[in-house]
Amino acid sequence: MDRKKLTQFHVELSLQPTLSSTVFSSLLAIILAFACGGVIFLFYHISPGVGYQTFFRGSLGSWYAFSETLKRTIPLLLVGEGLSLAFRAQVLNIGAEGQILLGAVAATWVALFSGLPSFLLLPAMFILGFLAGAGWALIPAIFKTRFAVNEVLSTLMLNYVAFNLVLYLIAGPWKGKGVRGFTYTDTFPEAAWLKTMGITRVPYFTLLVGIALAIGGYFFLKKSALGFELRIVGSSPETARFLGINEEKIILFTMFLSGGLSGFAGVGEVAGIHHLLRHPDHISLGYGYTAIIVAWLARANPLAVILTSFLFGALLSGGDALRVSLGIPFQVVSVFNGLILFFLISTEHLSRYRIIWRDKKEVEKNGS
Amino acid sequence: MVLELILGTLNRALAYGTPLLLATLGEIYVERAGVLNLGIEGMMMIGAFSSFVVAYATSNPWLGIVVGAIVGGLFSLIHAFSSITLRANQTVSGLALTMLGTGIAETLGRSWEGKVLTSPIKSFSGDFLSSLPGGLDLLFKDSNLLVVVSIILALVMWFFLFKTKPGLFLRSCGENPSACDALGINVWKVRYLAVLWGGIMAGLGGAYISIAYRPTWSSGMTQGMGWLAVALTIFSFWNPIYAPLGAYLFGALFHLAFRLQVFVAPEFLNSLPYLFPVIALVFVSRLAFRKKIGVPGSLGKPYERGKSG
Amino acid sequence: MLDAENSWEQKPVEVAFRSITKRFPPDILANDRVSFEVKKGTVHALLGENGAGKTTLMNIFYGLFSPDGGEIIIQGKPVKISSPREAINLGIGMVHQHFKLIPTHTVAENIILGLMSTSFFFPAEKSEAEIRALSEKYGLKVDPRARVWQLSAGEKQKVEILKALYRKASILILDEPTSVLTPQEAEELFATLRAMKEEGKTCIFITHKLNEVKEIADAVTVMRKGRVVSTILPSQVSLEELARMTVGKEVVSVVPRKTLSNRIVLQLQDVSAMGDRDFPALLNLSLSVREGEIVGVAGIAGNGQKELAEVIVGLREVTGGRIFLEDKEITNLLPRDIASLGVAYIPEERNLGLVGEMSVAENLLLRGYYQPPFSQGFWVDWEKAEAYSEKLISHYQINPPLSDIPVRLLSGGNRQRVIIARELEQKPKLVVASNPTAGLDVSGVEAIHKLLIQAQEKGAGILLISGDLDELLKLSNRIVIMFKGEIVGEKEKEHWTEEDRREIGLGMGGVKG
Repeated sequence: MDRKKLTQFHVELSLQPTLSSTVFSSLLAIILAFACGGVIFLFYHISPGVGYQTFFRGSLGSWYAFSETLKRTIPLLLVGEGLSLAFRAQVLNIGAEGQILLGAVAATWVALFSGLPSFLLLPAMFILGFLAGAGWALIPAIFKTRFAVNEVLSTLMLNYVAFNLVLYLIAGPWKGKGVRGFTYTDTFPEAAWLKTMGITRVPYFTLLVGIALAIGGYFFLKKSALGFELRIVGSSPETARFLGINEEKIILFTMFLSGGLSGFAGVGEVAGIHHLLRHPDHISLGYGYTAIIVAWLARANPLAVILTSFLFGALLSGGDALRVSLGIPFQVVSVFNGLILFFLISTEHLSRYRIIWRDKKEVEKNGS
Repeated sequence: MVLELILGTLNRALAYGTPLLLATLGEIYVERAGVLNLGIEGMMMIGAFSSFVVAYATSNPWLGIVVGAIVGGLFSLIHAFSSITLRANQTVSGLALTMLGTGIAETLGRSWEGKVLTSPIKSFSGDFLSSLPGGLDLLFKDSNLLVVVSIILALVMWFFLFKTKPGLFLRSCGENPSACDALGINVWKVRYLAVLWGGIMAGLGGAYISIAYRPTWSSGMTQGMGWLAVALTIFSFWNPIYAPLGAYLFGALFHLAFRLQVFVAPEFLNSLPYLFPVIALVFVSRLAFRKKIGVPGSLGKPYERGKSG
Repeated sequence: MLDAENSWEQKPVEVAFRSITKRFPPDILANDRVSFEVKKGTVHALLGENGAGKTTLMNIFYGLFSPDGGEIIIQGKPVKISSPREAINLGIGMVHQHFKLIPTHTVAENIILGLMSTSFFFPAEKSEAEIRALSEKYGLKVDPRARVWQLSAGEKQKVEILKALYRKASILILDEPTSVLTPQEAEELFATLRAMKEEGKTCIFITHKLNEVKEIADAVTVMRKGRVVSTILPSQVSLEELARMTVGKEVVSVVPRKTLSNRIVLQLQDVSAMGDRDFPALLNLSLSVREGEIVGVAGIAGNGQKELAEVIVGLREVTGGRIFLEDKEITNLLPRDIASLGVAYIPEERNLGLVGEMSVAENLLLRGYYQPPFSQGFWVDWEKAEAYSEKLISHYQINPPLSDIPVRLLSGGNRQRVIIARELEQKPKLVVASNPTAGLDVSGVEAIHKLLIQAQEKGAGILLISGDLDELLKLSNRIVIMFKGEIVGEKEKEHWTEEDRREIGLGMGGVKG
């Protein structure tokens, strides 16, 4: 064999994307997205420098900004955990937004209309909220397993239905007695409020649950038999069928869990921050959609979701700062979300390559 | 009387169903070529926005329509690049396109929010309508040239897809790209053109909304129609000739939701157009996917030379 | 003999390959300075083992790969072929091993696909007359309006050849064309090739079957490990010499055990099942496998073999009849329950038995992860699993011997070893193996055969479904023939003869022996 022409270093498809190449390509995606998104500032006659400065000051520039970021991290963390599990099983749950709202609705019912004793309010809110979100997610899950209905479409459509449900409740039967022209419910009794950290508006209960779940989810996927099955179904459904793994069970389970966690996050929002049920756009700042990117960026690794949810918490609070200080609509966050997602999937290929330097002897040895 | 009611409903169904029809026809070609583009909502938004801005500035609605179609097409190339050239996950790329499209339209559209177009595309004139034979004047009362164009497009696109050489090539790329490649068909070119066409049609659909159907600009004005178009593509069994049926059925549904507001809570009625497709999918999906009627064989699978499939 | 040589020598050169070299990163040299000439109006065989570089060379010729070095000369002119379209324009046609047809399209639509010269409107309808004329001329009978999914493999191949002829191909490449045909269909193919020769067309015939070379080829180029061993006239060499040239060394074959017990392991009673397209694939099929017996299932692919394997392992619903494993009925049990009762399955689709993205260790655990000793319930003991996989990797000689790399990075033979290691470690009573050696090279095939015989010696009954009659004749104690969902013939023998081979071949084509 003629080896003289073999180069001494070359780019090769690595066995698996390494941690460093994954981190590198993710950072690259975020930086590219910000660079492109900066064009928006120009349309508003704002110098990108000022734009970025406002953005970072509003998300990480002070303790207050930091707490605002943390506040938005919590729902992303909870929803992102659930979506990570779902994505690992190749179940594309795009309906977290609606599942969050269902959790909020269930919590509101408990807080305002259940008549439970005060000490039972919060536990009941979280349990029922979880079940409401999970139940809402089970509808498309059953449609998928029973009737082969594409879950992307069905979960998404149900978001619009949940949206209208909340609108109906706050304008109709649950409209608050003392709110006159506005459309929201009465305020919850204080026993249904989550405690917050110090003077901030960050409810620590949900934050702790989120972090605990991230760790638990990581070990579940890596070490448990059920987690193993879930990964098999996700990476090769044909093999799962061959092995006799109950694919339907896995789909229902992941949808139940991801929907439930979204519902749980919804309870956290109304019990921890708003203390009432209001317009759906205020309850969830598109957390259900942003969490898709949170999970994707984390490569559906529950531990990494802690990091990525914080990143997107910062993006949301930064976007809020842009709105307040510079008058740029909050939808600018959508632009950044879309761009990051694009660059992420586009740099996916990159993370599989690595540059290898090898000396000639090694090449000859391996080539034989 | 009953006939008039039916014709009246159909009339509104035509008006409302047209953007759905345009976007669905486009997506049928995209998916027939083997690419799944879930970004229709984003392309429609960006089409609606750009066409409104141009029509508003120039007072020329037709120029607006053309620009909307072009911008929709250009915007779709992002998806083409990531899903065809980079072979990225098509579902996620489509979601990203929706986020990006709605985000850009709503962020940049702030200054036009609530503005009304003084020179929209008008419905057919009374003179023209009264020249039509019995009943047709009621049926097309709220229609305009674009409505008729979209119906003709459905027929032409059906003929093109099933009875012509390029149509055969397009279908083949969605069934077995590696066979096409081996026969010298440029799969990438065919798929790019299909995605581009899908973008143009979605942009056109968006432009119809903001220039003809409701000549104003407000954020969120496509109301998830792009997603309905994705569902309609399945209901049509990927065949342009069936697309009008589904589109007008949804159109009628939206109209009825509006008419029944007196009796039922509007929020419930507003949910119907989203609940209905989910339930309809229950009936159609099994037929389409399990029995493989119309489903392009390589739908959503990126093509890479040297790999089978 | 001299005449044959003279007439071949005197023919003009149609194609010349000069020093073609192709490298696949990182270090695989698929073609190493390949040079030979193909004469006009001849059938030229390209003989070699899997992995000898035959298909790579032809893919270069057809413009699918670009070579790293060397040149191709057609009728004296150097050509550069960088896409299939250019190859087609140069008059080259290729019939791939896996048909490049679109099942939902009609025959005519498939034939004209990609042709710019066809009419814009109604292209398929307008080409039918010409297709019929071509069919007539070369003995390739197919209905232009039939949908391709309705056709048999032999008919599909005819469509592929028509496709090339319709494009006025003067050079036709056929990649292992007889692997999907009955012996009788192969005869028809050879007749077509002879008709093409008469017309002055040139055929390059990729094969690894020696007797085919003898039967049809005017000249043969033998390749081994990416290099040309020799180009010779088949009439001047013996089969043994050809065999030595292809393999390079004598192959020591393993011979299965011939003693049998009478205990029945698997029993199918009047089993019926539906195929994927909702028509009956198995019709009242009865079959039994004894302890320590290898039962070969012969037949052309698509006659119900896949469904037969699937009903036994529980992946396909049995619509009539019953299946027993020893004394226990396993009809329509869950796949996992059947597996745990002692049925191992080596599927035809290798990807089916593996999860490509997962590690070798994880893949080896796909059967055992939920039961002791690896799991007591919820958690999996991955340390134990790691040790287990190290043991299996060395015992089954899986290469490279690493348990943590994704299994998709292994070669075909090693991936097959992973499946077999996992399945046989379950101490099965019955092994259902579907084309277990498809696509493997000689040493890979031998290794797999050895493992199957080892399982047999331990007392497992083996149902060996294979499209390769030679493999069945080598391993089976008993052979059954499947045709259209039924068993149409059965033979039990110590030693199989050429006569048996012919008879079974006829049976595979639906002719009762």
